[in-house]
Order: sequence, then structure tokens, then C-alpha cells
Amino acid sequence: MNKMTIKVKTDKLKLWYGDKQALNGVSLDIYENKITAFIGPSGCGKSTYLRCLNRMNDLIDNVTIKGKVTLDGHDIYANGVDEVAVRKKVGMVFQQPNPFPKSIYDNIAYAPLMHDMVKKGKECDALVERALRDAGLWEEVKDKLSESGTALSGGQQQRLCIARTIAIEPDVILMDEPTSALDPISTQNIENLMTKLKEKYTIIVVTHNMQQAARIADMTAFFHLGNLIEYNETEKIFVNPKEEKTEQYITGKFG
Amino acid sequence: MDNYFHIPQLARRKAKAKRFKYITMMALMASVAFLLFFLSDMIIKGHGAFTQTYVKVPVHINEKTAKFTHLSIERKEYGFMVSRAWLRGLKKTLKENPQWMNTNQERWTLANSNVDQFIKGKYNRLKPKQIQKIKQMQKDGKIERRFNIIFFKKGDSKIPEFSGFMASIMGTVMTMIITMLIAVPLGVMTAVYLEEFAKDNKFTQIIEVNINNLAAIPSILFGLLGLAVFINFFGVPRSSPLVGGMTLALMSLPVIIVSSKAALKSVPDSIRQAGFALGLTKWQIVRDHVLPLAMPGMLTGAIIALAQAMGETAPLIMVGMIAFIPDISGSFLDATTVMPAQIFTWSGMPERAYVERTAAGILVLLGILLSLNAVAIYLRKKYTRTW
Repeated sequence: MNKMTIKVKTDKLKLWYGDKQALNGVSLDIYENKITAFIGPSGCGKSTYLRCLNRMNDLIDNVTIKGKVTLDGHDIYANGVDEVAVRKKVGMVFQQPNPFPKSIYDNIAYAPLMHDMVKKGKECDALVERALRDAGLWEEVKDKLSESGTALSGGQQQRLCIARTIAIEPDVILMDEPTSALDPISTQNIENLMTKLKEKYTIIVVTHNMQQAARIADMTAFFHLGNLIEYNETEKIFVNPKEEKTEQYITGKFG
Repeated sequence: MDNYFHIPQLARRKAKAKRFKYITMMALMASVAFLLFFLSDMIIKGHGAFTQTYVKVPVHINEKTAKFTHLSIERKEYGFMVSRAWLRGLKKTLKENPQWMNTNQERWTLANSNVDQFIKGKYNRLKPKQIQKIKQMQKDGKIERRFNIIFFKKGDSKIPEFSGFMASIMGTVMTMIITMLIAVPLGVMTAVYLEEFAKDNKFTQIIEVNINNLAAIPSILFGLLGLAVFINFFGVPRSSPLVGGMTLALMSLPVIIVSSKAALKSVPDSIRQAGFALGLTKWQIVRDHVLPLAMPGMLTGAIIALAQAMGETAPLIMVGMIAFIPDISGSFLDATTVMPAQIFTWSGMPERAYVERTAAGILVLLGILLSLNAVAIYLRKKYTRTW
């Protein structure tokens, strides 16, 4: 595990919803081309933290954010940085598959067309195919690209959402409990896909499922009550945690 | 009997539930009965107006009677049965049919409303002698009931048999075009701003409360507003479809805003989140993902608001649209009337022959409203997407 480049770095990140503080100064380095998993009990701030990384929290009124988040060394909250441009570089996949109620093709092609990444026609077709292949969905849907994306099964929908995200060629993909609404077989598909995707992207995943973190993550961070308790290589976290809280959570004493 | 399951008061509780069920059923039946009674009453009263009586009488046309057309019919014999409107129109008819000049032939003429009402078996003021004559003519096949083309072609008239509904239908159509062009874009944009862009603060809350209250304001107040602002201040011609449409647009706005807001609210937030996560701007998300999903709800709301505006009379009183309009107006600035206003005008006329026209007008208005609602339901069914 040497020669690790820092992709995303946060420094004393604090966040308040109104008066309620949800993050108490989280400093964390996330490495390029690795899967980083955030675990912790409900309400521990792991999803909130994740949503700071592509400025999705900006959409909520009354949120105050202090601290620094950098992507490749550039502050994403700096003055003059547009959150829309940040989200183009940091894509996100949600807990509930949320394809647009449009055709499979349009689901993928829409954002790249809006970003002027491709022109309509052959170029766009090629991009759609590439994204679907990367998401491992091409073989299943290549004959029904014009059918509605919402007609697919849950697991397929989630892979469609992943394909849609990688179609805009982000650097980082955030995943907020991407498999918690899926059956075991679809979950396995997505996990395999994630391991494959980390060659190209930096993946950060929030999960409720500790076994999932153990299976796929290179690095794991344990959050509790808005604090980062422990962050280390996954193996070390699970086999030999340094903090008592981490051990208690992993062994199921609370959470 | 198995006493194991016995609950002492169960029978009484069940009886109560049953009683309640019957009361609710009675309420339903009462409203259905009212509706059926109203509809059948209108149909019974109004169906007669869809036909009109014509009589075949000798018409003498020469130089003199072409000038004084009322002389072309023998007044004592046939005067009571021919419509004054037909006699007045004879000059025009002669221009179109010059070969009629210097003929003394029996011709089909529009019957006077008294004769028409008698033929339809309704109240009339014919004398016994006249009735005998009519009966004789009926036997001779000189009286006919034809489809009432006048009703669907002409405007209002003080001569009942010559009055039609078309001027008010056209007036309604033109007024509704104005209303639609103003209220739908304004309402939808307002809803989009309030629902998608505005931050939830005191200011927007006050606006929203006010919009909800506006929907419940007595409609005549909108008429006063239209009179004060559009006619007196901006100088829009009174009685015109333009001012009527603008006034009704004011009235429909809150309804359209509220229903559009509800439609936007029902679009799941996950769609917006998905858009944001892809680095799309708010406008792109609203235009291409939220609006298409909200469209069926917005359409339904807009159509229902327009249907409501179409049946509205009170605000139009204030802007002078309850008026005697014999001609179909040719532009958005000419004086015109609308269907409910025409119905109101006819209902106040002393001649009995207007009763059936009033009812027929109501039937036409109801038919148009029902078909608009049917369109609303169809559009909602057609564009609703599931996911």
C-alpha cells in the first residue's frame, strides 16, 4: 500500500444544521483509486460528511459548513467555485436507485449532452455504450435502450445510475449506501463492479453493512456522533482496531 | 353457542356501524338525486330549443312589399304565425334570391314563437281561432319542425325565435383564449419559482398564505379589480373578450398556482438529487426532469381552473359582459358576451319562449364543461408516468 496519492482531503470539517452540530471537525485523507468505506451507526454523520464532498449539502437551507475540503489540492468551497462544476468532478450514487423516468439511453446521454462533452449522434451513442459496458449493464440492455429506465429491476436500475454517473467522467464517485435497497445477488454485482471501477475512479462508499466494507474497501473510516473515531486500512480496522469504540461497534456491542 | 368469543356490547357497536353506513349512503343518494333531478329538468325544458317550427304561408312579393316587407304576408290570416325577424330579413333574402320578385307563392317561413311554443305543447298566447287554424295547417303538412340552426349560428335577439347562442359561445372561446394565455404561463412560472427556487423564509410563506387565500376570494371582487385597473386605469375596452379574459385570468391564477405547486411537490426529490449529482443546473433539472413529471397534474389543474372560469358570471358583470350582444364579435376588442351571461340574460326575459333557450344554453354549457373535464382526465391518464 505504498505510493498512495491523496485525492480528497478534508481539514477540520465542521457542519451545523441550524444550531445542531452534525460534524465536529473531521480531518481525513482519501486516496486515489481506492475504495474508502465509511461505517458507523445511524446519525453518526457519515452521510452528511459524504455529501460535503460534492457540496450536496448546499441544497439544504440553514446549513453552515466550516473547514476545508480539497480535491487534488483545490479547495471546493473556495470563493468563485461553482458547486455545479464540483459535482461534475465528484459524481454520486444514492441509496434508492433513482433513474430519470426516461429511456435508458436518455438517462445516460442527458448529462454529457448538457455538459457539451459529446455531440448528438454517433459520438453520443459510443459514450452510452462505453458507460453501460463499464457498469456491466450493456449485455442486458443493449436491445432495449429506448425502453424506460424505470422498467428495469432494482439492481439494474442502480447499475444504470452508476453508468449515468461515470458517463460524465468524474474523478471521484460517492456512493451513499448503494446496495441497501437491493437483493444479495444485485448487491454482489454492484460490489464486483465497484472493485473494477476503482482502477479508474476514486470511490467513497457509505455503508451500514460492515461485512460489505470488509469485503470491498481498501480503507475504512469509523464515525460516531459526528466524530471520526478511527481511520485506517480496512484490515487493520476490522482485525486490530485501536479505539475501544471501534471494537465495540465492530463486534456488535452497539449500533 | 360458543360463549368464548362473546363480547357483551358487540351487537350494539355493530348496529351503530351499520346505522352510520346507511346515513352515508343516504347522503350519496341525496346528491345523486339532486343531480339527476337538475339534469332531467334541464333536458325536459331545454330539448325543445334544439328544433324550431317553420310554417308554409303565401308570400306576396312585389315592388311595394319588397320595400315594406311586413305587407308581404296577409296580416289577418297569417300575420300572427310568421316571425317578425323573418319579415325583416326578407329584404336580404330577396337580394340573394332575386327570382322571388313578383311571385305569390307559398313559402316556408320562420314561425312566431307563440306558434312554435304551441307546436311544442308549451304555454302560448294563441287565441282559439288561431289554434284551429294552426291545427288545420298541421294536417295539411304546412308546419314543420326543423333542427334549430339559428340557435347555433346567431347571437342574442329580442325576438325569441330568432335568438341564438353562438355569439356567446364565440365570446366564451375568445375570453378563454385570453385567460389561458395569461393565467397558465404566469401561474406555472409562479409555482415553479415558489416550489423550486425560492428559499423557505417569512416572505415566501406570506406569499403562499396569500395565494391560498386568493383562491377563496368572492369572484365579484375580481370583477371590481378588473373594472378599476383594466378598464378605468389601462383603458381596455369594456365588454371585450380582452378585459373579460384578463379579469378571469386574475381569478384562475391562484387555483393554477396552487395545483401546479402540488404537482411539482409530488415529483420525488430523488429525481432532483440525481440531477444535482450529475452537475446539472437547476434550470436543466426543472425543465427536463421535473416539469415533464409534473405536467399531468399541472394540466389537470389548469383545465379545471379554466372550466371554473368559463362558468363564472359574477366578475364579468363588473366589466360589462352581461349585455345584449346580437352580433358575433370579430375581434378581441369588440363587445361580446359569454355563455353564462347569455343564460342569465335569457332567464330574465319576459317571453316564455326564452325559457327553453335558457335551459338549452345550460345544456350546451354543461356539455362543454363536461367534455373539458373529460379531456383533463384523459390527459392525466395519458401523461402520468410510473416509476
